[in-house]
Amino acid sequence: MLDYTVMLVAVMLCISLVLNLWRLIIGPHIVDRILALDTMYINSIALILLYGIFNQTPLYFEAALLIAMLGFVSSVAFGKYLLRGDIIE
Amino acid sequence: MSFLMELIISLLLLSGGIFVLVGSIGLLRLQDFYVRLHAPTKATTLGLGGVLGASILYMYHLQGYVSINELLITLFLVITAPVTAHILAKVAMHHRVKLMERTRNPELVETSRAQLPPTPIDNSSDDKKAGTNREV
Amino acid sequence: MSLFGKVFSRVIPMPLHSITLVIVWLMLNSTTSLGHILLGSVLAIIIPLLCAPLRLPQPKVKRPLKLINYALIVLKDIVVANIEVALLVIGPMDKINPGFVAVPIELTGTLPVTLLASTVTMTPGTVSADISKDQKWLYVHVLNMPEQEQEVIDFIKQRYESRVKEIFGC
Repeated sequence: MLDYTVMLVAVMLCISLVLNLWRLIIGPHIVDRILALDTMYINSIALILLYGIFNQTPLYFEAALLIAMLGFVSSVAFGKYLLRGDIIE
Repeated sequence: MSFLMELIISLLLLSGGIFVLVGSIGLLRLQDFYVRLHAPTKATTLGLGGVLGASILYMYHLQGYVSINELLITLFLVITAPVTAHILAKVAMHHRVKLMERTRNPELVETSRAQLPPTPIDNSSDDKKAGTNREV
Repeated sequence: MSLFGKVFSRVIPMPLHSITLVIVWLMLNSTTSLGHILLGSVLAIIIPLLCAPLRLPQPKVKRPLKLINYALIVLKDIVVANIEVALLVIGPMDKINPGFVAVPIELTGTLPVTLLASTVTMTPGTVSADISKDQKWLYVHVLNMPEQEQEVIDFIKQRYESRVKEIFGC
């Protein structure tokens, strides 16, 4: 049962990644694009965790943690840049 | 693996997947940026929480002890998601992103953009409000 | 004792942060071996020393138990919020009536205000958008505005702000 569930959820996550990519492409304003990118980071974390369950190994948590941190920092840096035109104040 | 364990993990995974999917559907479907901001910040965070919970339970089953690494990811996301949302909303206000026509109190964007207190909400005439907005 | 206190506060300027750092270090490595505890303690002493100049004075948490209670309430609200938002997102679009609201806040200090703003973002249909410079008004975007705007303001003030106020005693 778990194998099927993992596959099903992986399909769901991939669909949502494609939807995010769509928003990233059509996003009318650049803020929409940043939001789509941020959501894509979170979705890919979920996908990596799922891959860890699929392969029965806890090794991928480190990768997920790194992506979480880098995603947050890059989103905030984008936002700061758009807010002030300058990353380092 | 006992059936009950498998069931719980599967349910957690499924609910997580559904919430992530709903977040992405909302991101694509909703009409203006501020409304769009609601879907990913809430639904996607909870969805990831579900997947992480399933992962924690599964690894507990696999190794016999709870590795607290995953809890750290959850904690980190719960702390950072509101910050990202807040900064993106600020950026949208700064750039005067288009609002939905139905949005109520759109005049608050201008005062908020200047980080001023709102003009008092008395039922003064509309042209007076517009005047104060233009000054800001 | 006072000499010891002085040395202590000089060497460990932020005891709470130091303890948190050790715990997070152990969580990252998911171990409790002596070597990692030692290494974590060294890091927990060095990092706050380097970061002490960055610190802003913050109000202290007066009632830690209330903080736990608050966290549980917020966690419950997050789940409820998500189901509400999910139904709104999937349902017809013309049901959504967004709007902005300015909430007057009575908290002082950046930490309580940040806590309140983050909570507002994570809970039912509201995202905090900005704070006025004098930290007296929180601008909130509401996904589905009820007829009376006052309802949203009262909800935020009663459910969250009063509790945050109790936690920090301000």
